[in-house]
This record gives sequence, structure tokens and C-alpha cells, in this order.
Amino acid sequence: MKARFLIPLAVFLLLIGLFLVGLQLDPREVPSPLIDKPAPQFSLPDLQDESKTVSTEDLKKHKVSLFNVWASWCVACRQEHPLLVELSRQGVVPIYGLNYKDKRPDALNWLNRLGNPYTASAFDEKGRVGIDWGVYGVPETFVVDSKGVIRYKQIGPITEEAWQETILPLIEKIRAEEG
Amino acid sequence: MKRLALFTVLLLTLGWSISSVAGINTFVFDTPENEQRFKKLAAELRCLVCQNQNLADSDADLALDLKNEIYDMIQAGKSDAEIIDFMVARYGDFVLYRPPVKPITYMLWVGPFLLFVLGAVVLVMFVRRRNQDVLESGELSSEERRRLQGLLKEQHKGSGSKGTSK
Repeated sequence: MKARFLIPLAVFLLLIGLFLVGLQLDPREVPSPLIDKPAPQFSLPDLQDESKTVSTEDLKKHKVSLFNVWASWCVACRQEHPLLVELSRQGVVPIYGLNYKDKRPDALNWLNRLGNPYTASAFDEKGRVGIDWGVYGVPETFVVDSKGVIRYKQIGPITEEAWQETILPLIEKIRAEEG
Repeated sequence: MKRLALFTVLLLTLGWSISSVAGINTFVFDTPENEQRFKKLAAELRCLVCQNQNLADSDADLALDLKNEIYDMIQAGKSDAEIIDFMVARYGDFVLYRPPVKPITYMLWVGPFLLFVLGAVVLVMFVRRRNQDVLESGELSSEERRRLQGLLKEQHKGSGSKGTSK
């Protein structure tokens, strides 16, 4: 008989549990359908040298590489930039950039002032390649393996936590796979 | 002075409405059917940046780009299904305001009906039990009968006195 009065309490606790889980989730992080799929093909002019091109093939030259979507107008890019510069200085992993919907002089100026961590940056003036990659909030960073498969997508700036707990272990795992 | 202010407001609103009409008319279609298709698609696809708006309502940069993509694809003769596939391949089911029925969305589609059935079952059980309680204790105890008599008498007196005062 007494147990009946516990039912509303149990329902209440269940709801509290669901709300707590819901609060931890970030609605901004839309899961990408591109994970574990081949990276979308592209070929764009190099930001720094118009005569050269940057393409998906460049990403495949490395066991694992980062593909970082950035722009000079993007405030959050500034936040993650020192980390990228540090990674490139230590030579941890090659980083390719996708300069998204930017103006060439602004982008070049940005790199000159804040440092250029990129092996090369593809210049996506119209944002057409960004659409193919499902970019909806800059910065975004993709981890791509040597077969050109997207293994992970970081939405928003790479935080120290995301780097240490998710991205770096994944990079090491992919390196180990490739032997 | 007041008239001048009114006139300014009028001018401003006029300018505003002209510019907003211009915003809609930037996409020119060959046939009215294509224009309808565009409107329907833009209304059914979600803007990724603002999330609770569809593409049609959103002025976000990406929403404009995606509307351009839809326009180009319609002009190129792509079907609605092809355009929706294009979007889903890039942004996932999240872009659809009407998500497809598949294992991961079963709860989404069936959940409300399950809750409804659950609610109905609980309601029926509750009502039945209450009816049974009333039936079981249908007889009043002698104590209750005495109280009832008392109450009835009191009420009778009350209404009687009211009647005489009229």
C-alpha cells in the first residue's frame, strides 16, 4: 500500500535525471553525418599562393591530419589559434586550413599578425566547399586519416580539454592503426 | 510637428516594406511551380545557425547560402528528394523539420502516442477503482446517518426562514 505513494516520487526523480542529462548536452553540436565517411572532394586555390591549389589529395598525404575551418571575422577562431600555433610549432600533426568566406587581404593579415599554423590554407571565398563539409559554425576541425576518411569533427574552438581527452588520443590511435 | 513625425514614420515603413519585398524577390523562377517548391523546401529545412528557424525565415549568412544552393538545384532541374538528400548528406537529419521514421527516431514518433495510451490506462484504472470504493462503502454507518439527518434538518430550517423573510 505504501509503495503506491512512492510512484510519483519515482517519476519525479526520473524526470530530474532526464533534465540533468539534457542540460549536459549542447544543442549547438549537431552530429555530423560525415563521420567515418570519405571527406568531400575539393580543390581550391591556396590562400597564400593563388597559382597553387589545395585539395583532398593533400590531406591523404599524411597518416593523419587536421582540417581546420577558420576565418578572420571569426571571434572563436582567435580563441583556439594559440593552440594551433603551438601544435604546429611542436610538429604534432599537420594542420590544413579552410579559409571560409573571408577576404584574402584580411585572412593574410590575420596570419601575419597571429602566426600561421597551417601547412596550407584553401581559400573558400564563396563558402561552397564549406557547405560540402557541412560547416555551419566556424571554427570547426576535422580529423582526417590517410585514406581521406573523416574520423572526428570538433564543432567550435578546440579546447585544451577536447584536445587532451579526445583529439590527441584519436590521432595516436590512427597513427598506431597505420603502423 | 506631429504631422512631420507621422510622415517620417510613414516614409520609413514604406522604405522598409519595399526593401523586404526586394529581399523575397531576389529569386526569380521560370515557373510558379518551381517557386512553390522553393518556398516549401525553404520552409521545411532548418537553419543550422539559428536552429529554431527554418531557412525561409532566417537571414543568417549560411541560410542565405543554402537558399542559393536550393535555388541553383531547382534551376538545374533537381527533384525535391535530391535536394533534401543533398542537405541531409551534409548536415544530417537535424536539417529536416519532419525527421524520417527510422530506429533512432522511433521514440520521437511513437513516444507521444505511448504516453497517451499510458495516460488513458491510468485514468481508466483510477476511475474504476474509485467506483468500486463507492460501491463497497455504499451503506452509511449509523453515525454518518445521524450526521446526514442533522445536516438536512439544518438546511431545511435555513431555507424556511429565508422563505418567510421574503
